[in-house]
Amino acid sequence: MTGKDNDKSFIEVRELSKHFGEFVAVDAVNLRIERGELFSILGGSGCGKTTLLRMLAGFETPTSGRIFLDGVDITDQPPYERPVNMMFQSYAVFPHMTVEQNVSYGLQKERMPRNEIASRVGEMLALVKLEDYASRKPDQLSGGQRQRVALARALVKKPKVLLLDEPLAALDRKLREHTQFELMNIQDELGITFVVVTHDQEEAMILSNRIAVMEQGRFEQIGTPKEVYEFPCNRFVADFIGTINTFEGVVQTSGEGEITVASDECGHSLRAYCDTPPRNGSDICLAVRPEKIYISQTEPDNDEDSCLRGVIEDFGYFGNLSLYRIRLETGKVVQVSAQNRRRSTERFLEWDDQVFISWRPRSAVVLEN
Amino acid sequence: MKRQSRFVFSMLVFGYAFLYVPLLSVVVYSFNDSNLATIWGGFSTRWYGELLKNDQVISALLLSLKIAISAATLATLFGTMAGIALSRFGRFRGRNLFTGMITSPMVMPEVITGLSLLLLFVTLQQLTGWPTQRGYATITIAHTTFAMAYVAVIVQSRLAAMDQSLEEAAMDLGGHPFRVMLDITLPLILPAMVAGWLLAFTLSLDDLVIASFVSGPGGSTLPMLIFSKVKLGVTPDINALATLIMLFVSAGVLVAWTIGRRMQRP
Ligand SMILES: Nc1ncnc2c1ncn2[C@@H]1O[C@H](COP(=O)(O)OP(=O)(O)OP(=O)(O)O)[C@@H](O)[C@H]1O
Ligand SMILES: [Mg+2]
Repeated sequence: MTGKDNDKSFIEVRELSKHFGEFVAVDAVNLRIERGELFSILGGSGCGKTTLLRMLAGFETPTSGRIFLDGVDITDQPPYERPVNMMFQSYAVFPHMTVEQNVSYGLQKERMPRNEIASRVGEMLALVKLEDYASRKPDQLSGGQRQRVALARALVKKPKVLLLDEPLAALDRKLREHTQFELMNIQDELGITFVVVTHDQEEAMILSNRIAVMEQGRFEQIGTPKEVYEFPCNRFVADFIGTINTFEGVVQTSGEGEITVASDECGHSLRAYCDTPPRNGSDICLAVRPEKIYISQTEPDNDEDSCLRGVIEDFGYFGNLSLYRIRLETGKVVQVSAQNRRRSTERFLEWDDQVFISWRPRSAVVLEN
Repeated sequence: MKRQSRFVFSMLVFGYAFLYVPLLSVVVYSFNDSNLATIWGGFSTRWYGELLKNDQVISALLLSLKIAISAATLATLFGTMAGIALSRFGRFRGRNLFTGMITSPMVMPEVITGLSLLLLFVTLQQLTGWPTQRGYATITIAHTTFAMAYVAVIVQSRLAAMDQSLEEAAMDLGGHPFRVMLDITLPLILPAMVAGWLLAFTLSLDDLVIASFVSGPGGSTLPMLIFSKVKLGVTPDINALATLIMLFVSAGVLVAWTIGRRMQRP
């Protein structure tokens, strides 16, 4: 992804740390973000996302490390001098000002001429579809409208970077999905670099060019949504993003990118591919996503695939797809999801049905311990 | 059910009667035509007229108002600064100590506050020659010191309830810290400041003990005058004066309460 401009990224964070007393909230992270990227920082509660974002905005002083923006070291700049704007988790819309005054506040501080402010604010309100609400006070707005005021206010100064702290967390599901696409359109239109903090992995997947998965103040993996989903680099990432089945095992033979793993958990040896095969005899873990597993009532005749036998313990019908929990003979439970392709006049799979599950060796991810 | 509610109702009546009958009797007797404060002699408003002709009362009233306005204004100024400092400047050294200390004038016995201030003024006079006489200036200073504690607490609780990211957002949009204080913080704590001012005003108007300590000859506030007159016997014009004061104070409290209520809303 970051091939050609490797030594001058738009945003560069070097060994950035933040300690609160003994507690390490952000632990020596490194990060490069390209111009115009929509970058997400994804992690569970308390992992340090907000703290990292606040250091980028200038509200927290880093314990150590530097931040560069467009080649300039901004680590010691106060927030009001940084060409960076932030949209707060609580929106922080000024309650004593109208929508219009809220949006124009940043431009007034720049001492922009009045008619120019009016036209810029008008433009921005049109962009977030709030033209008709310009003279309302925030307490006369809905949550979604307030969120758009906050967005317009942060965008109107045309910052180099927009930081968004859980921008959609307070919205209901429908509005959230709608706003996700609006955000992407706006970002596309203005070409501003977005750094979005979220704990919602689906949101991160939909929105971003790249995702950084954060845990306890460190980045576990940085990559495109596809990379972090299909090629998680460790157990935490595999587990955190989506659902995944893991099979513990010992490498029996390895060579030419192909390995065979003896797994007591499923009573079989499984095959998998990986670029840098682990040593024979080492403990590893194979991870397979539910949608990569086929389910059938007859034994598949392809002996390339890993195939296991089990009993349907439980299933859920979701309309477009069904989720199955299948208990293997060893007692291990595997999750499988299947598209409901046919409008079934034939019999559905039911509880206690004997089934075979199988997957391509290339579908399994090898995670070393 | 019915029985119980009647019981509750009579408790209510008794409680309020206990509170308000003494006050009511003052109001009623202020319209008493008799020269004796405790014997009813028919309805009249003559004591209100007498009051207006009494120069001593008028000058004490003016002094009290002058002090109350000055002290309330100063207390609001300093109290607001203290409140902002305590809730916004992060965790500076000794912050807990200061938070505790700001409230101590509220719980300190007035006699002690008065005595300590008197000692301060006397020492100050010996060292610097100021204050040459005790009166308006010294009482104002004394009232400011204890009223600012109340203002600081009101402002601080308002700031604590206010989302700090509002100020951060303003700073993020390019506002220097001082501008942010003027643009965002002050407008939002204004109701608290007004409520604080009114409270300080009322407290100052009301105070007898501290004022008695720090005032000198000729510097009599209204409560001091009333107290000294009562020592010679209750005259009906005192009732009239007390009624007027009650009117002012309840008006002040009502306004402060209304503003305080509006402040509750986000
Ligand atoms: N001012 C502070 N003083 C002490 N500890 C703090 C402070 N701010 C944050 N922390 C701690 O740092 C850790 C990271 O906090 P942060 O707000 O960055 O979490 P987060 O990833 O944004 O979580 P969430 O998703 O819940 O918002 C938390 O454990 C928090 O308790
Ligand atoms: Mg957070």
